[in-house]
Amino acid sequence: MKVKRASGRAWNELRKMKAKVGVVPNADGSAIFEFGDTVAIAAVYGPRKLHPQHMQDPATGILRVNYDLLSFSVADRKRPGPSRRSTEISKVTEWALAPAIDLEAFPNTVVDVQIYIIQADAGTRTAGINAASMALAHAGIPMRDLITSVAVGKIDEQIIVDVDKVEEDYEGGEGATDFPIAKLARSDEYTLLQLDGKIPPERFKEALDAADKACQEIYEFQKKALKEVGE
Amino acid sequence: MSSMDTSNLTREKLTAMFNEDKRFDGRKLLDMRDFEVEYGVSNMAEGSARVKMGKTEVIVGIKMGTGEPYPDSQDAGNLMVSGDLLPLASPRFESGPPKFPAIELPRLMDRMIRESGMIDLKKLVIKEGEKVWTVIVDIYPINDDGSLMDAASIGCVAALHNAKFPGLTEDDRADYKNRTDKKLPLSGETMPVSFTFYKLGDNLILNPTREEEEACDTKVTFGISKWNGKYMVNSCQKGEETVFKRAELERIMEILPGKYEDVMKKLKSYIK
Repeated sequence: MKVKRASGRAWNELRKMKAKVGVVPNADGSAIFEFGDTVAIAAVYGPRKLHPQHMQDPATGILRVNYDLLSFSVADRKRPGPSRRSTEISKVTEWALAPAIDLEAFPNTVVDVQIYIIQADAGTRTAGINAASMALAHAGIPMRDLITSVAVGKIDEQIIVDVDKVEEDYEGGEGATDFPIAKLARSDEYTLLQLDGKIPPERFKEALDAADKACQEIYEFQKKALKEVGE
Repeated sequence: MSSMDTSNLTREKLTAMFNEDKRFDGRKLLDMRDFEVEYGVSNMAEGSARVKMGKTEVIVGIKMGTGEPYPDSQDAGNLMVSGDLLPLASPRFESGPPKFPAIELPRLMDRMIRESGMIDLKKLVIKEGEKVWTVIVDIYPINDDGSLMDAASIGCVAALHNAKFPGLTEDDRADYKNRTDKKLPLSGETMPVSFTFYKLGDNLILNPTREEEEACDTKVTFGISKWNGKYMVNSCQKGEETVFKRAELERIMEILPGKYEDVMKKLKSYIK
């Protein structure tokens, strides 16, 4: 490996994951998912009747996602309430989760997914998607598969898996690239693709390979945590 | 796209045509529309550009002022990208708080410009830790006939190259009455452009009209530039609920550099 990771991890090593299902008793489904120091909590309410009524779809239920940082989850206190960033992440998260779920049996309803970041060390949207996907499964929403998400990336010329904050701010050589993806776990179908940084087009395949491998690992972890809830 | 009312007939017709690599306006699926760039949109702006691409028209203006550096970048100037989808430009745009597409457009342009490194923000420092130049890029569509994002990316690069510093007063404020001829610290090599690939069924198309956009299932935008002699993807965002498959993404990566060169050839002729 050309560039050493500050955390001492191997290039393809995920941070330590933690996951727990059923953390919000009031919700129909809920989960916490952690990548190292990044902690996301998600709760699912629904299917329930959708208000305002004009948004109702008689053909299917709809998915509605809200993502945000808690004010104390970042170094400089985040002003409570939606920002442009959180609005964007809410929407792309909704798009990332929607292909997995089927709400045709629940016309005129909404499934609300609430995601909050309790502690942030980069990878908050991907941790949030993993938590939300587990919470949807926990709520018993009909799903094709779990959605599994990770940020791969690149520091200088080295591809890395599960980018942390120090790596996100890397400045040497080709700098830092952050490439969050989500996919239907057992497929080659990607449901979230975002990127910022510098990555040659011919290295995309390599980055996706790394993401696929990491997602397999995360998928097993999600399934294990989901099984534990019934015990 | 999916939220608008495209008739099933249009979708079916377009699908049938796309399957034969044909479009209503005679282009093939991956053909771009030609574009033109003009300068001098507003003489109050430090730089500006108008891009016309088919019936799509976008104007971009650059304003510069002085301010304090951000706490996490004391040794660099500030870049802000903003804009709005004016109700002037389309019956589909509404007044009021910005909806998602109006938020996504400037955010994606910001990432593309910033990550490409086309602006050397460190050269915008007036007094380290105290005063820096802030460069504000504002994007407004005048007429939306599809591919606003990609037209805007050309406009941003052209307008930034068109910009000249205002003067500086003794107390380090921008002096708009005494403008200078000094240009922004821009890379000669690195000019990012964005390409949005739309998908209808299994067909990928580039540079859609509004009608085509609305019929499509999903899209993914890539910002690409050249840096130290290498092509670099600087930004990416997938939209809508339909997935992209691995093979489709790999194909896009093969297409991107050629399309980038095509646009660059034209764009460079406008940049002096």
